[in-house]
This record gives sequence, structure tokens and C-alpha cells, in this order.
Amino acid sequence: MRELTYTEALLEAFREEMRRDPTVFHLCGGLGPLASLIPEFGEERVRVCPISEEAYVGASIGAAGSGFRPIVSPGMMTFAFTAMDQIVNQMAKIHYMFGGQAPFPIVFRASTGGGRSAAAQHSQSPHPMFMNLAGLKIVMPTTPYDAKGLMKSAIRDNNPVVFFEDQILAAQGVKSPVPEEDYTIPIGVAEVKRQGRDVTVIAIAKMVPEALAAAAELASEGIAVEVVDPRTLVPMDKGTLRTSVQKTGRVVIVDEACMTCSAAAEIAALLSEDAATFRALKAPPKRVCAPDVPIPYSPIMERFCLPDKTRIVAGIREVLG
Amino acid sequence: MTLEPQQLLTMYRQMATIRAFDQRAVEEFHAGNIPGVVHAYIGQEAVAVGVCTALRRDDKIVSTHRGHGHTIAKGADLSLMMAELFGRSNGYCHGKGGSMHIADFRVGMLGANGIVGAGMPIATGAALAARLAKSDGVAVAFFGDGASNEGAFHGSLNLASIWKLPAIFVCENNQWAVSVPASYALSVPEVSARAAAYNMPGVTVDGIDVLAVYEAAVQAVRRARAGEGPTLLECMTHRWRIHSEQRGNPTDPRPRDAVEAAQQHDPITVFGTRLQEQGVATAAALAQIDREVREAIEAAVAFAKASPVPKPEDALLDVFAP
Repeated sequence: MRELTYTEALLEAFREEMRRDPTVFHLCGGLGPLASLIPEFGEERVRVCPISEEAYVGASIGAAGSGFRPIVSPGMMTFAFTAMDQIVNQMAKIHYMFGGQAPFPIVFRASTGGGRSAAAQHSQSPHPMFMNLAGLKIVMPTTPYDAKGLMKSAIRDNNPVVFFEDQILAAQGVKSPVPEEDYTIPIGVAEVKRQGRDVTVIAIAKMVPEALAAAAELASEGIAVEVVDPRTLVPMDKGTLRTSVQKTGRVVIVDEACMTCSAAAEIAALLSEDAATFRALKAPPKRVCAPDVPIPYSPIMERFCLPDKTRIVAGIREVLG
Repeated sequence: MTLEPQQLLTMYRQMATIRAFDQRAVEEFHAGNIPGVVHAYIGQEAVAVGVCTALRRDDKIVSTHRGHGHTIAKGADLSLMMAELFGRSNGYCHGKGGSMHIADFRVGMLGANGIVGAGMPIATGAALAARLAKSDGVAVAFFGDGASNEGAFHGSLNLASIWKLPAIFVCENNQWAVSVPASYALSVPEVSARAAAYNMPGVTVDGIDVLAVYEAAVQAVRRARAGEGPTLLECMTHRWRIHSEQRGNPTDPRPRDAVEAAQQHDPITVFGTRLQEQGVATAAALAQIDREVREAIEAAVAFAKASPVPKPEDALLDVFAP
């Protein structure tokens, strides 16, 4: 099968969906790789915006309420905090608040995550904040295959979908198989990335490759680690997560966000409040997250804060007892 | 653009309807029948009616927390509005929005908004949609003098200007942002002066005079439909009531003599007198309209009171569209 990078896979999703539906268009804070769409679709549909995140993120809402399907890309999520009123007070609530009168199909793309010595403001993993808003679907894919399939579903969805792209996954340029045929991946469906019987590791975004590396390392010791990628955070695929933990009886949840009220915290609650899953647990659930500090600049301190293969291995050993 | 007598009478009827609707909303609020908050539009009727008379049904508007007037002027249904204020399940938003969040997408009313200035980017997006659809539709953002100090104002005007969008930014300058006077809070004597920074026409008109508002709106709409870009239209007006109705009727923080002086220039009385002077209507004909308006509002209140309350678990519906 041919192989694509994360960014190439997303561009292919844009191209296919823009051909399929003339109401799909881009509002972006900077062109970047989207420039490659201009020859085919023109500057009207690949629209560069001034650095007015509040204005153009809000404009995406008005356009969506008027029959279009905007894809709005402010770049780093941290820049788009200046548009938080439009995201929190408008995008997340407008459909519900108006009694479901009109759909607001919007894809809001932003990069997240640390690992590039970008210091506290530009190394955040704010997805848990958005999970708490009610009214936004939240997708956070790991592989180029998942990114393309989920982006196509996000564009076709009739709701605001926040599409978080880990900045390392997007930038690293690693290629992996993406089929040429048309496909989508439904929002709200997790995937077991590696089968195993001894312990479940639930990992989000770039923690998935770290978890798979941990699983490969422990396999040599005869420990069979199952790795599950939720892929979508809202709605969360509780069933797949619970089924895996009921099988293994042990779980480590890996999330790059600060631990307090992280996605990992929510997943731990979804697992332990379910009676069948609770009864199947042979050890307490373990969270591997960033500590509750702003992410520091110096690489040595940043590495200390961010979860990685080593900390995942340690977490697995802890739940194995 | 010259208005036919029938159109002038329709404008009068709409202004009277907005006045009567909000007078009744205030009464029902203080009677305990409307929960939450009510921001009465009383005194500002000429702005909504003057602007919306210049629009077509397929044009879009985005409103504010003080949105009943715009909603009525754009053609929304009084009974569904009142039922929403009462929090009933057959209101516009099935009881999920209330006074500050009424929308009617069928008439191009894309929603009132509880956040100051937040509707402006949304209206800018509706104007962008008109452009992308290759229609000659326009979008209007209503906002107040206070909102012109928000980042959303500046970002929206800049965006609409560089893209020459068919947007009309209508500032209802009632001279008070809750309790903060515009004379203190604005860096310029008139909000319209800010248009210069965004390379668009800025016009200030007497917002008590519905025909002056209408004429200025017609110019802005003509410009927008012709692809010449946005306009900032400032309408000087007065809010007669306190910022929002509150239980226990607290004192309005504004100087009382200023409020009372403003009430000497009632936009409805001014317009009614002019219609009589021009021979468009007799006093009796206007009184007949006033009676019909009151009956329509009473019917809306009766509809609201007879409407079913939502089931509690309906709170779980409509988070996401199918």
C-alpha cells in the first residue's frame, strides 16, 4: 500500500471533500501546506485570514449557519485562545441554545502538544478543557490513516468538530500506509492498535507510538500489552475501552495533558464507575500524564514533564504489581 | 428610496409592536412569569425597524442581548417569541434560549447573543457566505456603543473591509454600556469615526427618526449588494429602561433627568406625528393600529401561558445535530 505523512493524508481528505461538496472551504491563519489546494480550488475557498482569530473563527460560525461547511485552521491552539469566546460561548452552544434550529457544520483544526522546547504557551495539551464544554465533538487522531478518515467524517458531520493535530505527529513526516480507495472512519470509535492479554494501555495522540514502543519492549519479557487509541474524545467509545479492560483486568491511561481533569481522568472514571469493568480490575487504574505544571522550555525539564515510553513501562510494571 | 403609504404604516405597526411586546415582557417578568433576564428594547424601536425595512427576507441579521426589536422587525412570530420568554417547549428554542437567545433561521434572524460584541464575527461570516454563494444577500450585525470597544468589533470590521464583504455594522449608540457612559468609555466622540480605521464609510444618524435610519440603511445595503463593501452605521438612540429587568427593581444607575429627557423624544410618537402631518394616516387610524398591536401581543401572551412546559429530560436533546 502507498504511504503518506500525517499532513499529506489530511490534504488528501481536504481535496476529496472539497471536490465532493462545493460548500466546503477553508479559513486559515496561515496557508502552510494548504497552499497546495489553491491551484485546484482558488483563493475564495482557501482563504487566508488576518491574525484576528476571534473574527475569523466567529466568521466560520456565521458561514456554517448560512449553509457552508467551513474548515477553520488558526494553527496552534494556543494562538486561538484569543478566539475562546467564539469557541466556548458560540460554537459549542449555538445549536443547542437555539433549540436545534440549524446545523453548524464546522471543522476547527488546531495543533497541540509539547516536545519541541516551545515553552509553556506553545506546548499545551488543552483537549480536556474542550471535553468539558458540551457541544463540541473532539477528534485527536494518531496515524495518517486515522487522520484522513476522521477528517472526512468531521467535514461531513453536521456539528462543530474540534480536530486536534499533535504538532510532533504532524511535523515529523513519518509515512505510513493509507489506501488509495475512498474511506471514512466514524467519529466516536476507538481502535485496538495492538492486542494483548495482560494489561491495557489507553493512549492519546502521540502517546500511542510511545505506548506501542513500550508494548514492544515488554513483549520480550513475555508481557502482552494491549494498546487502545480512543481516536475520538467526544463522544468517547466507552464500550471498546471497557471491553479491553475487562479482558486484561489492568489499565494504564496515557495522556500528555496535565493530570488534573485530564482526558485520562475522565477515562479512569468511565472505567471504574462501570460495575462490570470495576469488578474485572485486578489493580487500581494508573494515569501517566504531565504533572500539573506549565510545560517548561529547557529540554531536560520538558522531557521530565512529558509522558514517554519509559514512564509508560514504569506505569505498566506498577499495575502488574 | 421613497416608501409607499402602506410601507410607512407597516413600519409604524412594527415599532408599536416592538414597544408593546417589550412592555408586556417587562410586566410578565415582574409578575414572575418570565424567568432569567429581560433586556427591554423600549426607546430604540426606530433602529430595528429602520434597518430591517431596508432588508429582504433572505438577508441575515445577528442581534444582541437586547434583541426582541430586531427579531420582530425581521419578521419573527410573536407567539413563538413570547413562548420562548416563558421557557415553554413550543417557543423558538424549545425553552433552551430565553430572551437573550432567540433565533429564527427561516426569516434570516441568526440569533441574539448574550456576549457583548460576539455577534459581529458571526454576521461577518454570514456576509462571507453570501459572497461564496454568489448571491447579492447582505448581513447586518447589530451591536451597542459598549461593543465597539471589544476586539470582536475591530477584528470584524477589518475582516469585512479587506474582503469587501456585504456586511452592515449597525451600532445602536444608546450612550450607556450598562452603567458606563459612552462619553467616558469611547476614545472618539462618535463610534462612526472608527470606520476610518477600517477604510469604510462611517455614518451617524438620529436613531429616533426611523426614516433617517431607513435612508442610511438603504445606502449601506445598496453599497453591500453592489460589492462595494461594508458600512458602519451608528444610530444615536436612548434606552428607556434599566440595562436589564431585575427582581426587586433596583435603581437605574444613570442620572434620572437624562433618562427622562430622552423619553420626551419618543420615536413612535415622532413618527406618528409625521405620518399625520403628511396625510398618510389619521390619529384614529394610528389608534386603530395601536389597538390591533395590543391584541396581537395579548394573543402572544395567551399563547405562551397556554403552552406546555418542557419535559425536564428534554434538556438532553439537541446537543448535537443529526
